[in-house]
Amino acid sequence: MPGICVITEQRGGEVKRASLEALAEALRKKSTVGGDVTAVVLGHEIGEAAAALAASGADQVVAFDRADLALYSSEGHCACAAQAVRDAGASVVFVAATIQGRDLAAAISGGAALDAGYAADCTAIDTDGGDLVATRPVFAGKAIIKVRCTAETFVLSLRPNIFDATLPGGSASVTTATPPFDEGSLRARVTGIAASTKGRKDVAEADIVVSGGRGAGSPEGFAPIEALAEALDAAVGASRAVVDLGWRPHAEQVGQTGKVVSPKLYVAAGISGAIQHLAGMRTSKVIVAINKDPAAPIFKVADYGIVGDLHEVLPALKDALLALA
Amino acid sequence: MNAICCIARVPDTATRIKIGPNGKSIDPEGVQYVINPFDEFALEAAIQHKEAKGGELVVMYVGQDDFAKDLRQCLAKGADKAIHLKIDGPLGPQGISSLLAEKIRPLMPASVFCGKQAVDGDVGGMGVMLAGLLDVPAVSKVSSLELKDDTAVATREIEGGVETIDASLPCVFTFEKGANEPRRAGLKEIMAAKKKPLEVEEVSAPAPKLSVESLELPPPRPEGRIVGEGTEAVAELVLLLREESKVI
Repeated sequence: MPGICVITEQRGGEVKRASLEALAEALRKKSTVGGDVTAVVLGHEIGEAAAALAASGADQVVAFDRADLALYSSEGHCACAAQAVRDAGASVVFVAATIQGRDLAAAISGGAALDAGYAADCTAIDTDGGDLVATRPVFAGKAIIKVRCTAETFVLSLRPNIFDATLPGGSASVTTATPPFDEGSLRARVTGIAASTKGRKDVAEADIVVSGGRGAGSPEGFAPIEALAEALDAAVGASRAVVDLGWRPHAEQVGQTGKVVSPKLYVAAGISGAIQHLAGMRTSKVIVAINKDPAAPIFKVADYGIVGDLHEVLPALKDALLALA
Repeated sequence: MNAICCIARVPDTATRIKIGPNGKSIDPEGVQYVINPFDEFALEAAIQHKEAKGGELVVMYVGQDDFAKDLRQCLAKGADKAIHLKIDGPLGPQGISSLLAEKIRPLMPASVFCGKQAVDGDVGGMGVMLAGLLDVPAVSKVSSLELKDDTAVATREIEGGVETIDASLPCVFTFEKGANEPRRAGLKEIMAAKKKPLEVEEVSAPAPKLSVESLELPPPRPEGRIVGEGTEAVAELVLLLREESKVI
């Protein structure tokens, strides 16, 4: 039976933008897949989120609203979402590829749940006849794969900030569903969320990233990188080399074993440009490289390069930018 | 309680990817294969679990190719036994999790330790799928783990914050880089590991759930330019960022 289920994510009653992108894409694919588009929302006291989804253009909204769903658990959210997909008879499931969404999409695809084909972190979804063909990066973006599903159910997680979030609007009914497990029976669940260090942006989400590598010379050598990041309201990034040296925390690492970023401006200072680093930042809109070595591979992917010492160039760059403001 | 550590064999992250002649997989020529980097942290956590709780620590690998040298490394670091489930074709996370679940069930109760994703396919699904099949809870992307008597407390970095997760044991954990300090094996341990059991078992791979249409390299970035040298080039760079690319 056809149809698309979109498992949305909300926090504090507000549906995440990445989920609206997934829902909008589902509505665009409705004519290919056939059947209805069902939006599913989970949490506690989520009437507002359910109402927003009902007005989005979805054909129906299913809400799981119970205290033990207030914070995420792989187990609990998976059981609810899989039941909603079965009840809707959907053949396709869309989930936003956030950290929570990627856990959930994998869990519902597993052999114990929907036993589905799963395409993670999709950057494009094409149609071929009645089929969906998913495009997704592999090897952290060193290669791009296109896949189609050979199982009865196809689960796709959609990379945030890629798909258009324009929704047609509408008025759907909201059905309240009962979670298929006893309240309080979950064996692993989130008990608290602490906000990250104040004032510092996450490298994966920032519009501008200023990254430093071994060329900084020492942990203290990151001062000009941090100062420029602050002036630009940017996140600080780091190469694997300096994370492995213990100069910077792993949360800042950009690359294949760190984060894949695509900001509008990426400044690489004192980074030579190892293949695994380039994989993590090559989709940035504009790349600026500052390096003492004119033969550094980073200059091959950079739009603009300055050959020089970051300790001299970055402070001058910061002053020039502040003078503009 | 036993501990299972699942490892994957992946191209080293320094590998320049080339597409094979079929246009659907990489060209393995000249590629150096290593233990998936995230699995190193899973192995360390599994060793710490064994040290704290006793039981047996079994390392499992599902794959087509020989990986004995790396499995011996795991034995040298502290695993008691290694099992290679040898398959006859490539497999996605569904297939791998179902083969592993079958092998792990007789060893239950056991907590399972994996990397958060393999750095080749970048799916990040095998661990949570395995948890479902074993009917145990799952905590993915663990950035720190504290084992208690019958429970564990993990943290996970999410967008703009850090979650704390309480889990009852046994549980499946998938690990982020930096969750612990993986140990190195000494010469004595390396010698002792040669006597530890390493089993290779041929299994048939379940049918995959996705079919590959194509594998391609991303389009190259347009050629950039060197603006100049040192601080003298800064003014022009600012002009280019403002006027040409309009990003500031």
